[in-house]
Amino acid sequence: MAVEPILELRDVHTSYGAIKALKGVSLTVRPGEIVTIIGANGAGKSTTLMAICGIIGLQQGEIYYNGEPIHGQDADLLPPKGLCQVPEGRRIFPRLTVEENLEMGAFFRRDTKAIQQDMAHVFDLFPVLEDRRTQKGGTLSGGEQQMLAIGRALMSRPKLLLLDEPSLGLAPMIVQKIFEIIATINQDGTTILLVEQNANIALQSAQRGYVLETGRITMEDDARKLLDNPRIREAYLGEV
Amino acid sequence: MEFFLQQLINGFTLGGIYALIALGYTMVYGIIQLINFAHGEFFAAGGYMGVILLSFFASKGYMQTHPWLCLGGALLLAMLFCAFLAMAVEKVAYKPLRHSTRLAALVSALGMSIFLSNGLMLTQGVYDKPYPSGFAQGGFEFGLITVSYLQITIVLVTIGLLIFLNILVFKTRIGKAMRSTAQDKVMSALVGINSNKIISLTFAIGAGLAAAAGIMVGLYYGSVNYTMGFVPGIKAFAAAVLGGIGNITGAMLGGLIIGMVEIFGAGYISGQYKDVFAFVILISVLYFRPTGIMGENVDDTRV
Ligand SMILES: Nc1ncnc2c1ncn2[C@@H]1O[C@H](COP(=O)(O)OP(=O)(O)OP(=O)(O)O)[C@@H](O)[C@H]1O
Ligand SMILES: [Mg+2]
Repeated sequence: MAVEPILELRDVHTSYGAIKALKGVSLTVRPGEIVTIIGANGAGKSTTLMAICGIIGLQQGEIYYNGEPIHGQDADLLPPKGLCQVPEGRRIFPRLTVEENLEMGAFFRRDTKAIQQDMAHVFDLFPVLEDRRTQKGGTLSGGEQQMLAIGRALMSRPKLLLLDEPSLGLAPMIVQKIFEIIATINQDGTTILLVEQNANIALQSAQRGYVLETGRITMEDDARKLLDNPRIREAYLGEV
Repeated sequence: MEFFLQQLINGFTLGGIYALIALGYTMVYGIIQLINFAHGEFFAAGGYMGVILLSFFASKGYMQTHPWLCLGGALLLAMLFCAFLAMAVEKVAYKPLRHSTRLAALVSALGMSIFLSNGLMLTQGVYDKPYPSGFAQGGFEFGLITVSYLQITIVLVTIGLLIFLNILVFKTRIGKAMRSTAQDKVMSALVGINSNKIISLTFAIGAGLAAAAGIMVGLYYGSVNYTMGFVPGIKAFAAAVLGGIGNITGAMLGGLIIGMVEIFGAGYISGQYKDVFAFVILISVLYFRPTGIMGENVDDTRV
């Protein structure tokens, strides 16, 4: 018997005014997986994640998290259930310190001791954040901000973590490091839905992948098979 | 020299009151970019709640036996009342317009201001209402300088409230959530913050401080009037702009400066122009330095 999915989208439609952004997206993520959505600029990847998190309303379709319908729920109710996003552009609170940014990740939690432990764990993963703990988030470098954004998300002890382009604008060395950490987070038991334009690294770290093109899922397969697919190689991996 | 010191003390008293009112403008602006023109009305409503409660206590004889308890009780109840009033105002007049143009919300704020001050007039009458006298009479005399006990009380309450607010905004979990909401509402929702609640709370806190200021003005000048929110409201707004709107420390500094300038201007230039100085400052700031003294360069204490 198949495991019950942790996340399921069924025929999701959204639009920004007259512009249709998602035109029937269906996808499934099972507990423990790393699943990736790859696609070109404007395909609707970020829109998909924002729709899952309740920031963008659906015109049609359903979203289930652990079997519970979450479409139409207020966004702020989802993090306590273990659904958490590291959004595109990181969205660090610029005038809060590194430490305060991390505290906000644990906003809904009251277990002060465990929060302190989790913060220590984040500092273990990203020692540079500990050195910068009293610095304003807005003054960090891009790479440090990405680490802080991931750290902030971990502070909520997510069961399902949505990551929107964690590699964006980072040097290859840092990208490497970020993806190592993502693998560690996954091994520690967090399911991951990863959105990337960098299809190569995304498909290497994921088990399964979806291809999103102008608001529609056009392909779905094991990550390995997508990596070997000539059409994907041509369209997303820059090969002719 | 004595005159100067006396003016300094008076300016500090008045400036503290402006600071309390200015904080409400600046916090609300910081969080939803709205200039809440109805804010002065919370100050007036606080002044009236003060007179109603203190008169009641006086009629029962409590003012004679427990004056400090009466003042504390009146302060607390008036602050709570105005906090709830502000949350209601926000729900009715601003929340439905949150995704409309800023002009729509501004017009709604002006309408709310007129509505509330008329409400005060209809329920409380058009004539001045005197505060019960006899509270904290007397004072210290240093040569020609007098510092009344009432002034000391006002300054201490003001300082206490300002410290309380700073701790609330910069040290507590809720205060950090307020600043997060001011900085990025989508991201705040993504970490589980309900921005509607936080916005409502911001209005409540601002109005509570304004209510405290209203009582202190009532005690200081001896009476309240339904139009009393207008001029101090605009002066406190000038203070918030001077400090850099959205900036907490800025609002406190701005209030102090406006209070000092008003008192010294009245003392050394002309008492007839005392209301003009704040506006001269407001216009100069808007012209020369629209971000205010603590504006975007010193960004640490923006909400
Ligand atoms: N706030 C908005 N208002 C109007 N249109 C929007 C808005 N946000 C996104 N869109 C449009 O919706 C479509 C999908 O955008 P989305 O941000 O989801 O793409 P994406 O796949 O994340 O792209 P990228 O790789 O560049 O981040 C695009 O055509 C975009 O122009
Ligand atoms: Mg995107």
